[in-house]
Amino acid sequence: MTPLEFALAVFVVSGVAGVFGSLLGLGGGIIVIPALTLIFGVDIRYAIGASIVSVIATSSGAAAAYVREHMTNLRVAMLLELGTTSGAITGAYLAGVVHGRWLYLTFAVILAYSALAMFRKRHRDEVAAPSAPADPLADRLALHGCYRDDALGQEVCYRVTRIKLGLVLMYVAGIVSGLLGIGSGALKVPAMDIAMRLPIKVSTATSNFMIGVTAAASAGVYFARGDIDPFVTAPVAAGVLLGATAGAHFLARVESRLIRAMFVAVLLWISLEMFLKGVR
Amino acid sequence: MNAPRGSETAGGAWRNAAEVRRVELVISTLLRAGVVSSLAIVVAGLVLSFVHHAEYLSSPSELGRLTQPGAAFPHTLPDVLLSAAQRRGQGLVMVGLLLLIATPILRVAVSIVVFVHERDGTFVAITSIVLALLLASFLLGTGTP
Repeated sequence: MTPLEFALAVFVVSGVAGVFGSLLGLGGGIIVIPALTLIFGVDIRYAIGASIVSVIATSSGAAAAYVREHMTNLRVAMLLELGTTSGAITGAYLAGVVHGRWLYLTFAVILAYSALAMFRKRHRDEVAAPSAPADPLADRLALHGCYRDDALGQEVCYRVTRIKLGLVLMYVAGIVSGLLGIGSGALKVPAMDIAMRLPIKVSTATSNFMIGVTAAASAGVYFARGDIDPFVTAPVAAGVLLGATAGAHFLARVESRLIRAMFVAVLLWISLEMFLKGVR
Repeated sequence: MNAPRGSETAGGAWRNAAEVRRVELVISTLLRAGVVSSLAIVVAGLVLSFVHHAEYLSSPSELGRLTQPGAAFPHTLPDVLLSAAQRRGQGLVMVGLLLLIATPILRVAVSIVVFVHERDGTFVAITSIVLALLLASFLLGTGTP
């Protein structure tokens, strides 16, 4: 494969990763890293460096559209970033102290549980405005929102609940991403969906908005270490940016239950990966 | 763009819908500017490296040199700027990537300014703490190799 062919092929694969990442609120690392290492023979260090940049590209590419369309709940995102950023710092510290297989196994169980819980909530997608227990803090911070759902053909207004639990879960998500170096979108979306009762599309769009900030904080380290190879990362960044921008235009039109089904499948997949890492 | 119609229907909690809308527009415009400019610079840099290295178009053996350990590229800010000033493709790509990486952090900084402007003290405090935590993790990270 010539460098030109490499750049074009990586660009196309990254475009696909960008579309899925923007719809599901994930960074696209689960597509980008195996594709780069297994198909294109890129060194794992450079693949991880490129995947960190792909998280930021997914986030910014999609968020530009989601924020404008109210799909992202900005106030919820900014509040929860308190949890994710402080969790990421804690996780970076713990990384030197705790490690080992039980960490992967615990995480595998948490993800499998999240997948099951999200699957069981699937009937909520059919209701335009599901009821939620009142949360005075959410009222005071004015966190509730509305978005236009083109699949339902109507505006959906929702009430946010259990803010404190959400913050704690985001802190845990931040720790896990600091510890395992994986995009915490896989934990952010279930926390917003199961605990805080955000509609699934708002959960993925809001997760999308937040993952960029956490990744940007750690990207500096990868850059300084020389893990961000311009020749590998350029086609990844370009592909993901365009893919995420395109994907963001579909979210309003795709049915919620399809987004949920895809997300549950991805969660089970990551859970299996973590389980295998734990037992190996 | 459709206005947040929830503001009329859902009562007191929505009274700051206009504020939310203004914040949304500023953030969204900033993100779009970051995305478009970094994409343009990265693509220009990539095209430039192909122009400078005609062998990239035909020689499969070059790929290993670019994607395997020991690949030569700048990874400090002065080196990146120097490389870009010399009109090298990889230097230009790195400038674009650094711009992309800086965009979310810039987004947090700008949102503080917007909330100050909107006199929303709670969210000024929240976003300021987030920015401080981000900068702390950035410094802690780059300080310990």
